[in-house]
Amino acid sequence: MNAYAKYYVPEQSPWPIIGAVGLFGIAFGAGHFVIELEKGQATHGLYLLLAGIATILFMIVGWFRHVIIESMSGLYSKQMDISFRQGMSWFIFSEVMFFAAFFGALFFVRVFSVPWLGGHDGGVTHQILWPHFKAQWPLIITPKGDKTQAMPWLGVPLINTVILLTSSVTLHFAHVSLEKNKRKTLTVCLGLTILLGLSFLFFQATEYYHAYTEVGLTLKSGVYGNTFFMLTGFHGLHVTLGSIFLIVLFCRVLKGHFTPDKHFAFQAGSWYWHFVDVVWLCLFVFVYVL
Amino acid sequence: MTTLNPEMSATINSTSHEHHHMPPRGMMRWLKTTNHKDIGTLYLWFSFIMFLIGGCMAMLIRVELFEPGKVILDPNLFNQMTTVHGLIMVFGAVMPAFTGLANWLIPLMIGAPDMALPRMNNWSFWILPFAFSILLSTLFMPGGGPNFGWTFYAPLSTHYSSDSTALFVFSIHIMGISSIMGAMNVIVTIFNLRAPGMKWMNLPLFVWTWLITAFLLIAVMPVLAGVVTMVLTDKFFGTSFFDAAGGGDPVMFQHIFWFFGHPEVYIMILPAFGIISSIIPAFSRKKLFGYSSMVYATVSIAVLSFIVWGHHMFTTGMPLFSELFFMYCTMIIAVPTGVKVFNWVATMWRGSLSFEPPMLFAIAFVILFTIGGFSGLMLAITPADFQYHNTYFVVAHFHYVLVTGAVFAIMAAAYYWLPKWTGHMYSFKLANWHFWCSVISVNVLFFPMHFLGLAGMPRRIPDYALQFANLNKIVSLGGFAFGLSQLLFFALVIKCIRGGESAPAKPWDGAEGLEWTLPSPPPYHSFTTPPEVE
Repeated sequence: MNAYAKYYVPEQSPWPIIGAVGLFGIAFGAGHFVIELEKGQATHGLYLLLAGIATILFMIVGWFRHVIIESMSGLYSKQMDISFRQGMSWFIFSEVMFFAAFFGALFFVRVFSVPWLGGHDGGVTHQILWPHFKAQWPLIITPKGDKTQAMPWLGVPLINTVILLTSSVTLHFAHVSLEKNKRKTLTVCLGLTILLGLSFLFFQATEYYHAYTEVGLTLKSGVYGNTFFMLTGFHGLHVTLGSIFLIVLFCRVLKGHFTPDKHFAFQAGSWYWHFVDVVWLCLFVFVYVL
Repeated sequence: MTTLNPEMSATINSTSHEHHHMPPRGMMRWLKTTNHKDIGTLYLWFSFIMFLIGGCMAMLIRVELFEPGKVILDPNLFNQMTTVHGLIMVFGAVMPAFTGLANWLIPLMIGAPDMALPRMNNWSFWILPFAFSILLSTLFMPGGGPNFGWTFYAPLSTHYSSDSTALFVFSIHIMGISSIMGAMNVIVTIFNLRAPGMKWMNLPLFVWTWLITAFLLIAVMPVLAGVVTMVLTDKFFGTSFFDAAGGGDPVMFQHIFWFFGHPEVYIMILPAFGIISSIIPAFSRKKLFGYSSMVYATVSIAVLSFIVWGHHMFTTGMPLFSELFFMYCTMIIAVPTGVKVFNWVATMWRGSLSFEPPMLFAIAFVILFTIGGFSGLMLAITPADFQYHNTYFVVAHFHYVLVTGAVFAIMAAAYYWLPKWTGHMYSFKLANWHFWCSVISVNVLFFPMHFLGLAGMPRRIPDYALQFANLNKIVSLGGFAFGLSQLLFFALVIKCIRGGESAPAKPWDGAEGLEWTLPSPPPYHSFTTPPEVE
């Protein structure tokens, strides 16, 4: 028998179709909810959206539970583990490309469209449209005249950078401890990582509150506010998902799951967290500092 | 093509006791399936249904354009038909057809027991019917469905569109999720589940081209998700990514969209190259000429696809340097594509050719796709494109590469592997009728569009000047004939599934590859233990 002989092909499973129904609820519900929001009469779109989210949560719990049981009962070979790892890596690559679209928009706006609107390309269009507009970044006065303020990088963003970098280090220690089978250090380091992740989210929430109530920077404040909130918002969403991921891992660690040489889920969570960390570093540099 | 040893004849071992060997019965078989063959079948049927729905929209468009003036469609409905026709054919017909072929064939070709992540495979498929129900439901909403063209340029989609844009955006999101998961599955299967001894440069070309396609999908579908998200927030949440008054730029939409859009074009043709590279050697009874150059050409096309997006935007305002850069990069693509066409022709050269239905479609592909490639070269020349842009010449170009390119390759694949899938031979007579009707009508349909475009007829317009009337009438007649011809294919497939002369394991004497070592139809679970390949 060679190493390939026991590739596990699962039996029929109800979870994917439940997941498809859930995604349908989310997409169809969110679409109608957005339309209703605009008209100020939110009703059934929201309910369908929530039902879709509930279905997806149910699916995730059920599906992962099933996979964990299969994994714990030794159905997965080394080759299966490689499939999971490769799958996760490509998933993270797709996430990188998703953020690339928004970073691309940020760079395009900063390098091309704002300078062009200010007449830096030698054209005359801006003289006809908005002769008083001055190209600058952060764009605190838009061509049509909306005013806002820039978010400083000192203060909360810097603290958050330190927090997230530290959390990557603690998670790495947790991983090393897992591989050396030091369960206690593993638990402490993983717990610490989760606390750091949650405090990051807390600080980001206060920053958003500050932006909306005091600074006057909102999603609608021209392209500076757009790129700021879309990039930090999607990143925050990923930190949230990553934190949930880590919390699930924490519970599994407490239950005694994972061994030094078999811990795909832990590896995946750790990759995901490091990826989120790297995105934040790019954000910090290109959204706040530069 | 593979360089497999004939005596490698797979040690097909069906002694695994982990699985039941018969498919479960009833509806639940299809809803809960984890079997790559079932999922492949689902994808193929879904794609065919979408092909018919999108085709009906094309028929309506051709009825409207049969004569100048209003025939049956209001202009707004006409715009919705062109938009949804494009979206359905791209995301609902061509892409799922290739994914269906990948599901059916890749595990058989590389000696794998199934796709690497079978449950996720099911999820990828079942998202699609829901996504397209959402998209189609928008047509019945007040204000109508999307009417801004399948490329949904801002500000058409952000300022001048109907409410249903929100549903359009979310349906694109979940289609993207489906494509990404499907592509991940393909990559992981090819990387991790190849039979022992199957080396990279022995992989069948269909597997190679799909590997590259899957990489392109994972790289660009998230970018599409990003750009539709920006459209959504611009329209509904007051952002100004594509609005100069807030510091954004409508041209930026086109940059991001086409960064996705150009690799997307190759996503729809690379698997077709793989199919043709399997079929032509089989019916020429020769090894594929230049196997490794085919692989390298595919990789180069994929790499270049990321740096040519600007050729869709020559007239929308770019610095001269960018125009030249994109023009030269685009023309470089002609080199690897030319390598492929040359290799196919060289494979047939002095081969002992026979003209069964798959070969007919493959030869038609080579000739007609090349015509589409040449008109692509014409469009790549920036100053010439200023003239052709937004005319029917462009419509003719991309229908040559997508219909007589991608769709003909899918038809060729169906005729090549249908005996393997169903276990029955199909009627060659009917298939030949289908081929000749299709190949004649498709040229009546699309060839005159070149002349219409050169004469200045703009695309995406429900009405036109009188001097275009005659050619449009011919085009429409060709369109109706092409649409009707596809019903022959439908009848043939149904007949083939229901019965017919039973097919041997290898119905084509020149065919090569692991899939022909299995009986026709292959067992529900094949290669539960991988074959040894030398």
